[in-house]
Formats: sequence, C-alpha cells, structure tokens
Amino acid sequence: MQLRAETGPAVDVAGAAAPLAVARRARSLLPRNPWRHAWFLESFTWCYLAWSILPIALAVLFSFNNGKSQSVWQGFSLRWYTSDPLNSVLHNPQLHQAVLQTLWLSLYTTLITVPLGVAFGIGIDRWHTRTSSAFNFVMIFSFVVPELIFGVALFFVFTALFTSIHLGTLAEVLGLVTWNLSWPAIIVRARLVSIGRQYEEAAADLGASRLEAVRRVLLPMLMPAIFASAVLVFATVVDDFVIVDLLSSTGNTQPMSVIIYSNTHGGNGGPALNALATLMLLFSFVVAALGYAGYRWMTRGERVGRQETLTSIAGM
Amino acid sequence: MARLGGGREDGRDDARTRLVWAAFTAPGIVWLLLLFVVPFYAVLSIAGGQLNPIFQSAVPVWNPLHWTGANFAKSWSDLVGTGAFIGPIFVRTVVFVAIASGLSLLIAFPVAYFVTRFGGRRKGIFLALLIAPFWISYMMRMLAWIDLLQNDGYVNKALTFLHLVNHPVDWLGGQSATVILGLVYGYIPYLILVLYSGLDRIDSRLIEAGRDLGLSGWRTFLRVTLPLSRQSVLTGMLITVLPMCGDYYTNQMLSGSSGTSMVGNVIDGQLNATGLQGEGAALSVLLLAVLLVPMLYYVISTNRASAELA
Repeated sequence: MQLRAETGPAVDVAGAAAPLAVARRARSLLPRNPWRHAWFLESFTWCYLAWSILPIALAVLFSFNNGKSQSVWQGFSLRWYTSDPLNSVLHNPQLHQAVLQTLWLSLYTTLITVPLGVAFGIGIDRWHTRTSSAFNFVMIFSFVVPELIFGVALFFVFTALFTSIHLGTLAEVLGLVTWNLSWPAIIVRARLVSIGRQYEEAAADLGASRLEAVRRVLLPMLMPAIFASAVLVFATVVDDFVIVDLLSSTGNTQPMSVIIYSNTHGGNGGPALNALATLMLLFSFVVAALGYAGYRWMTRGERVGRQETLTSIAGM
Repeated sequence: MARLGGGREDGRDDARTRLVWAAFTAPGIVWLLLLFVVPFYAVLSIAGGQLNPIFQSAVPVWNPLHWTGANFAKSWSDLVGTGAFIGPIFVRTVVFVAIASGLSLLIAFPVAYFVTRFGGRRKGIFLALLIAPFWISYMMRMLAWIDLLQNDGYVNKALTFLHLVNHPVDWLGGQSATVILGLVYGYIPYLILVLYSGLDRIDSRLIEAGRDLGLSGWRTFLRVTLPLSRQSVLTGMLITVLPMCGDYYTNQMLSGSSGTSMVGNVIDGQLNATGLQGEGAALSVLLLAVLLVPMLYYVISTNRASAELA
C-alpha cells in the first residue's frame, strides 16, 4: 500500500508525459489560457465590475434628469448644467466658483509639485547621506499617514504658527503640494533604477559636466515618468477632499469636492450636485486620456505596452 | 563606473558632485521640513498646550518642557473614563474598519487573481475597468450611492419588487451596513490595484511547476500563489486600513447620524468647535500613536524593497 502511494504519482507522471507534451504543443498554438477557464472567478469579476461602475453611470445619467429627483427619471435635459436660472452649474455662483477653484488648485499644485518632487527624487537617489535618507523616510511617511491627521496638523500650523497664511487658496495649495510631493519623487526614483547609471557615465566620458548630463541625458529619459506624475498629481488634486475641506475658509475657496460634501449630508442635494460631480469625472477622464495618449507618444520608441501605460499613469 | 560610482580619486570633484545632488534635494527637504515636520510639531504643541480662558481658543506651547497633559487627560477620560463618549466610538471604528477591510480583501483578491491569471488578451480591458474608479472622485462615488439608496431609490425599488422588504428601508438614516458598504466601495479600488500589481509579478512558471509536480489547482493556489502574494496583501491592507481610520466623510455623507460616528468624525467635529480644538489635537496625536506601528512597517518595507532594486 505504502509502495503504491510512493510510486503511484511517478508512474502517473511518466504515463502522462506523452499526452501532456502533445497538449502543450496544441496549447502553444492557441493563444489561450493554459488551464481550464475559471468561470466562477470570471462571473465574480464581472459582478464586481458591474457593482463598481453601474452606480456611477446612474449618477451621471441623473445629472441629465429633467426634474429635482435623484432617483426617478423624468426625461432628459441639460437643466442642471446650463438652463436652470437659479441652480444650474452655470448660473449658481457657488457651483460655478467651485469648478474654477478646482481647476486652479490642480493647476497650481501640479506646477509646483512636479519640479519640486522630481528634483527631490533625483537628489535623494544620488545623495547618500543621513539627511537624505532621513527625508526619504519622511517622504514615504507622508505617503501613508492618514490624510485627516496630516490635515489637522496643517490646520494648526496655519492657524497657530504661520498665521500670515490664512486659510484659503494659498493654504490649500501648500497643503496639496506637500501631500502629493511623494508621487513624482517615488515615480522618478523607480524610473532612475530602471535607467541605470551607464548613460550618465557615457555623457561624462564624452565631457559633459554633472548638470549637463542631468539636463541633456537624464531629464529626457525621465520625461515619461515626469509626465505620468504630472497627470497623477493633477487628477489626485481634482479628487482631493480632506485637505481642501480643512484648509478652505469661505465659500469661494471651496472646490467641487467640498461643495458636493457640504450639500449632501445624509440626504438629497439635488441633481445639480450630480452635474457638478459629472464635470469632475469629465476633468479626471480627460486628464487620464491625455495622460494615456501622451505617455504612449513619449515612449513610442520603447515598446511600452498598453497595460504598462495604464499602470504608469495610475501610479502603480 | 569608476568616474561616477562614488569611489573617486579626485576628492574635490567628489565634493562638488555631492553639492549638486544636495542642491537637487534641498528644496524638497526645506518644503517637507516646513510643511510636514513643523505641522506635526504644531499639533503636539497645541495638544500639549492650554486653552485661552477668555476666547476659549487653543494656545500652543512651543517649548516641549512646558507641555501639559491636560488635553490628553481630557481625551483619555472621554476615551475610557466615566461618561466616556469616545470609547464606544473608538470600538465602533475598529469594528467598522475590520469588517470593511476584511470584506474588501474577500472581494478584491479573487478579482485581482482572475485578471492576472486568466485575463489573457482581455487583460487590458479588465485593467482599464479596474483603474476607472481610481480616476473617479470619492465624493462622486458616495453621491452615486446616495442616489441609489434613497427611499424611492433603485435599491429599495428592487427590494420591494422582489418582496424582500415590505416598506422601503431608510438606508441613509444612520445604518451601520450603509457606512460599511460605503467604506468598502470607497477604498476597494486601491486595494485591487495593489493586489493586481503584486499578483502580476508572480512568475507563472512557479505556478506551472506546482501543477507539473502534481499539486491540484486549489493546492497550488494555497502552497504557491498565496505565500508569494503575502507581501502585497499586507501592503494592500495597510493602504486601505490607514485612510479608513481617518475617514469622516463616508460616514457623514451616507449616514450623518451620531449613531455611526467614527474617530474621524469626533476629530473633525472638535476641530470646528471653539474650545475643543486642543482636545481634537490630542485625539489626533493619540490616533497617530495607535497607527504608528503599521505606518512604520510600511515605510521600512518600502525602503527595503527600493534598496533591493537599486
């Protein structure tokens, strides 16, 4: 009995070897999954995707509702975008202002964060001292600390210490830059690792100074990573909520996310909010699409796959 | 390598090079110092400070030798003392976060596993659909559920149509289940992305080897795939659990009732109330202290991973 148990599998493997090899060859001809299809997992995945996407599709649909309800369809209209004289995104000054505030915050934050973070990422990768590793630590820490705790800290620093910076747009931008600084730094560092040192060495051998090597060799090679991080920072700021909620002061420094939040506490805020949220979605998707196309174009000589592009602009 | 690798003959050049890298790093260091390190010191100073007796505003004490425990004592007595109102909220936070993150993992793992192993040629489409929520604002996603969960919303319509309930359920009136659903819905995309990139890196030859050596599909999963994905499961859980612990908006949007309040709601409330700001600071310091161990774990493991790559 014991003998059979020990030799059994071996005999099986030997006996199955020939058909297995045939099956292998057949499989390699067909670009299919190596093993039987996982029907349960597939339906589970589709259920998840439906659950994750359908509610949002419905919310977008109701932004075009010709009525006040967010749950009963009353016909298609652009009422909540443009035509309603009081409460459409176009005519309600609060909603209107929020759209602009979101765009300005994203723009300012991206313009400051990306150069700062890229330089920081390059420096920290090359400058091996205690100071740099300590701040590398701080940078990764800032990536993972709960946003509420960081927001509370900023709230107190602006209300009790740097009191000349009042709560408002400047405070929001400073907070958002700090919160997003780790994105370009982390992405650029990852790219530096895959580039390696040999190109800079070649530039140095050909007589380039350190700064010239960075400017004319390293930066062009880092461009896709820098671009991806800009896309990511812009979209993250459009979606940001906690920092802008804690650091905005009056109504006209509140971006879209805060307006949606403060008008929706546990109930019905009207389809104008759906319209506002749909615009936010549109911004993010336009940025994502531009990011995708731009990244494809920038890496056109490098055989970067579609999936890799997708993961790059999502910061994975 | 000799010219750039650090071990240089010419000492002067070396110092100059280091100066260049230091100049690259310096702006970021100053920024993080002023707007990340100093703010945390400010919270400690407020938490260890006093209350202005006239204006009831929090007065920071910048010298750590003069910090008092008054705010911490107040937070502590609210947490565990008699008439403690934060204690139950703290317990509720732990329970909500545990259930929500557990559910997220139960949903996210099979999905990420399916897409990485069986996605085949459709992997790109699946990936785009998995990433899509990442680009949709959190507020939008909560708003979507507010629409669905209203008294005359589609969820209640479906439930009454199927005769599962007789009267529409007041989902938005302070239900724990709604808040947990919101947390799962809000944070699961991040978890899936982390799991996806972790599972995608597993060498499929190892799994094939498991099968070739006679393991069943299920046992291959248990003995090969699962141990190899341990690190990404841990990272993914951290990425979801840490922000959930500081969440106040999901709760506020989907329930708004104090019956489902979490620690984040208490801190947010105290921050906006005159006279309670010191306590709010103390409470966020306490929350930070509780979460410090998982955060440090994340920082150290990330550091180690990038050191291995370099």
